[in-house]
Amino acid sequence: MDKSAKPTDQQFEMFLGQLLRTGVLIAALIAFLGGVWFLAQSRGARQDYRTFHGVPAEFTNIPRVFHGAIAWQPLAVIQLGILVLIATPVARVLFSMLGFALERDWMYVAITAIVLALLLYSLINPSAS
Amino acid sequence: MNTIEFTLVVAVGSFIAGMLGALTGLGGGVVVVPLLTLVFGVDIRYAIGASLVSVIATSSGAAAAYLREGYSNMRVGMFLEIATTVGALSGAFIAGYVSTSAIAVIFGVTLLYSAYTSLRTKPDASPAQPADRLATFLKLDGTYPAASADGSQIVSRGDGVAATERQSYHVRNVPAGFSLMYVAGLLSGLLGIGSGAVKVLAMDQAMKLPFKVSTTTSNFMIGVTAAASAGIYLRRGYIDPGLALPVVLGVLGGALTGALILPGAKVRTLRMVFGAVIAALGVQMIFEGLKGKL
Repeated sequence: MDKSAKPTDQQFEMFLGQLLRTGVLIAALIAFLGGVWFLAQSRGARQDYRTFHGVPAEFTNIPRVFHGAIAWQPLAVIQLGILVLIATPVARVLFSMLGFALERDWMYVAITAIVLALLLYSLINPSAS
Repeated sequence: MNTIEFTLVVAVGSFIAGMLGALTGLGGGVVVVPLLTLVFGVDIRYAIGASLVSVIATSSGAAAAYLREGYSNMRVGMFLEIATTVGALSGAFIAGYVSTSAIAVIFGVTLLYSAYTSLRTKPDASPAQPADRLATFLKLDGTYPAASADGSQIVSRGDGVAATERQSYHVRNVPAGFSLMYVAGLLSGLLGIGSGAVKVLAMDQAMKLPFKVSTTTSNFMIGVTAAASAGIYLRRGYIDPGLALPVVLGVLGGALTGALILPGAKVRTLRMVFGAVIAALGVQMIFEGLKGKL
């Protein structure tokens, strides 16, 4: 391996680590705030998880989760935190691709692009379920 | 139990799972699903959805610390993530067609395997591996800090390159490692776990990477692998915010606490105990799965 490329690699890895940690902290904070509010207004019997009904569409559709969270619906706010969490590794892959591009390592730009495409396919393609 | 009690009890259970997972290096995700299904009677599909999200949280949360140490190999991780993400997508796809009883049995077998790996002592692969053509082409070979924290000797290379203080290594058996990574991704997507045990098997045993490089790179990959199937599970309605909340925050809090107290912990004893717990849960998952109760 090219020795001169090593320090940049190292710095870049640390940047990625900070990115991931920040993403997780933001996600946890959003979910926590939504959670406190959700518990504060919960009444009566809890939801039954014994039988699978599937989560309502307002929490499975990404645009609808955003709308719900903006309208301060507690469960939608929690789900928004979870979406941020899922997006964190995707952001990591995107930034890795930029990092490899800066190093002019085109083979790894291509490899990272494949991984990114697979992730986006899973998240966005409505027929992938 | 009302909503508040249920949420707090699940959070405490997840906290313990996350802490033991971090202390033993086995990951908390592997016990979250048995905890939710066997103890709290949660349907395995909701359990898998919540577990998968908690896996992303611990992987990403721990990555910062691991990356700073300079052990993980970004190119190995990124190249193998092609295999794990394709595997994860396949696993999440298959999960929609396999009965929950079959998933419970596969889960149980995976738990037994994880327990087995936790009891086995792993000798580090010799760093003196010959170069491999495919690995060289893919630029997978790397270096790691020679003065490792676990007290292993600094290997003097005697060729004047020692000034870097990093031990170089060659990567072997790329096709075998890549195939095993597909299996790791498949299990992750099917069961909602990080499948770190299979990832480490692929890198440590097949590709002959140094153990610390395998474990840190594996951790780095787990979040990306889990994110690949999370999108599918989200649309299928497996990720319930009310259940994911205590699981994610509990496991994350437990994992961070575990990492803090790790230096003073009796890891060997803990691994034995946790390994036995995982094995017992595995047997029960298989049993309940065969009875068709999960």
